[in-house]
Amino acid sequence: MSQLEAFLAAGRRVQHHRPWPRAVVDPAAWVKGVEGLADGRWTLVNLWAQADRVHMALYEAAAAKAGVVSLDCIDGGFPSVGRGHPPAIRLERAIQDLFGLCADGLHDTRPWLDHGLWGQRRPLAGGGDPAPAQDYGFLPCEGEGLHQVAVGPVHAGIIEPGHFRFTANGETVVRLEERLGYLHKGIDRLMAGAGLERGAQLAGRTSGDSTVAYAWAFAQAAEAALGVQVPERALWLRAVMAELERLANHLGDIGAVCNDAAFAIIHAHTAVLRERVLRAADACFGHRLMRDRIVPGGVSCDLDAAGETRLRNLIGGLRVAMPGIIHLFDDTPSLKDRTVSTGRLTPKLAARFGAGGFVGRASGRDFDTRRDIAYAPYDGLAFEVPVVRSGDVNARVWIRIQEVEQGLSLLEQCLAHLRPGPLRAEVTPVGAPTEGLGMVEGFRGDVFAWLALDAEGRVDRCHLRDPSWFQWPLLEAVIEDNIIADFPLCNKSFNCSYSGHDL
Amino acid sequence: MNKFLLEGIFRRPLTEAAPTPEDSALEELARAVAGAGRRRLGRSLSIREVDAGSCNGCELEINALSNAYYDLERFGLRFVASPRHADVLLVTGPVTTNMAEALKRVYDATPDPKWVVAAGDCALDGGCFAGSYAVVGGVSQVVPVDLHIPGCPPTPTDLLKGLLALLDQPAGRPAA
Repeated sequence: MSQLEAFLAAGRRVQHHRPWPRAVVDPAAWVKGVEGLADGRWTLVNLWAQADRVHMALYEAAAAKAGVVSLDCIDGGFPSVGRGHPPAIRLERAIQDLFGLCADGLHDTRPWLDHGLWGQRRPLAGGGDPAPAQDYGFLPCEGEGLHQVAVGPVHAGIIEPGHFRFTANGETVVRLEERLGYLHKGIDRLMAGAGLERGAQLAGRTSGDSTVAYAWAFAQAAEAALGVQVPERALWLRAVMAELERLANHLGDIGAVCNDAAFAIIHAHTAVLRERVLRAADACFGHRLMRDRIVPGGVSCDLDAAGETRLRNLIGGLRVAMPGIIHLFDDTPSLKDRTVSTGRLTPKLAARFGAGGFVGRASGRDFDTRRDIAYAPYDGLAFEVPVVRSGDVNARVWIRIQEVEQGLSLLEQCLAHLRPGPLRAEVTPVGAPTEGLGMVEGFRGDVFAWLALDAEGRVDRCHLRDPSWFQWPLLEAVIEDNIIADFPLCNKSFNCSYSGHDL
Repeated sequence: MNKFLLEGIFRRPLTEAAPTPEDSALEELARAVAGAGRRRLGRSLSIREVDAGSCNGCELEINALSNAYYDLERFGLRFVASPRHADVLLVTGPVTTNMAEALKRVYDATPDPKWVVAAGDCALDGGCFAGSYAVVGGVSQVVPVDLHIPGCPPTPTDLLKGLLALLDQPAGRPAA
């Protein structure tokens, strides 16, 4: 029995929670859990709240085991996780904003998502009069010759809004502080009371670039809660769509990073490849981003023979095109000069924050949901998870280049496995409240969905956690001692989601 | 590198023929522009994109307009980095309460004459986020909108049709 399993066994096991075990613990055990996070035994997968309780999802890498611990809040508070384990700080600030639950002992109690403009406080706990508007207090930064540069929320490029406050000495960044929340749309509350169809629609619009991953994670959670068996063909088609999404994003971003180093030719070529992927997706599944194609129970569209041929041609075309681009990336000293050793993330920090996706894998964190918390159909596929330790912009691009190669192989395998069959299983309420959890490897990292359904099968509480929650704080760390001009490069090499984070 | 450049010289361009402007967009513009009596900006427009709450799906497709297939700049349309350089604001998303002020400021910083194009279903009326405590609604709740391009997200071709309508509108070129 792993340490995590033993820890969970000491609590009260919740029967209707699938597929990870969930146990209700007392405050003392909760604090023990925080200690396990602080000493590195476990990784924090998520921390979220329900009306009067908090949940923490934990992962033990050594045993590849995951589970959820829950604590009923007494007097509207719970012992802070962030105090002992900094990756939880922003999650706790968000819980305070949305639920009014207080993380006892948390040092940073500034609001996070709440900018004082919602017309109410604690929107998920019945509301309350809005707090008087206050200026946001950025962390102080004092010293001779320091100056501040304020950027955003509206940025110069075609990207999402967020505010970056740089404190610099000359060109060198001493501190970056992010302020996010501009895209908060209140998805958690829109989810409450929604049917599964509406829930899936909202989940697929949490972060547009990961619409397939979100829809899949939400569907997994719903299927786990209701005990639905997804037809085999639907599983293979889901993986086809997920890999197409990964390819499209990786191709677009590999070029975009080069473009931010003023090397436009790679960008021009990868943008063409990305467009080919999206056109193939449109031809096969009827939507360029494959939005609303994964639904609870299965998929909403099929792949015909012409579509299969189109995908095989796409794979062949990408295999011909990639080597030249990779060679150009690797053989251009002026580009390497910008990417090598820039924005270095240490393996220690990546592990501590449980950084998902290529951000973690470029800094030695050997984790991929598809392999380590394997879900169908990836448990039946052969693939490698590329990992390096150098942690710079160059490493993050390299991981993505290798994931393109892996993605092409995975696509091919999925197509080879496709057999005729039903596309969607019936999803029916079970007549009692149930809970389910889903976790899917999106292009950016692990997308987590937690769902509590009522007896009629409607959403009581749904929480979606973007991988960016654990990547944004790391961006603040890697830019230190770099020059401001390298920030776009660092930022693009992370490519965190603003919308997915702000919810 | 040389190989890439050589191939670029001898290969046929990927760029596709221009789509025809959307009829409905032309009508909408004729109404909006005739009413506003805007001055002629000619066949060249600078566009400032503003994400006022989008899920980033619209941004992906707007970015795609610059790839070799659509090559937006051949039409005299280009994206600029500041509202002060812009003739057109291309706004996406249901406007969140946390972005409404920023959107207003961007609008005020854009010199007259200016057009506002709202892209995507959310930008029309808040889309599937309408009614949330954190969403003001469509773009027109915050700034006047001249043209709406529907879609979730609109495809690059949809966007191109709408933007070309801005250039070709019959009443869109009132006397300077």
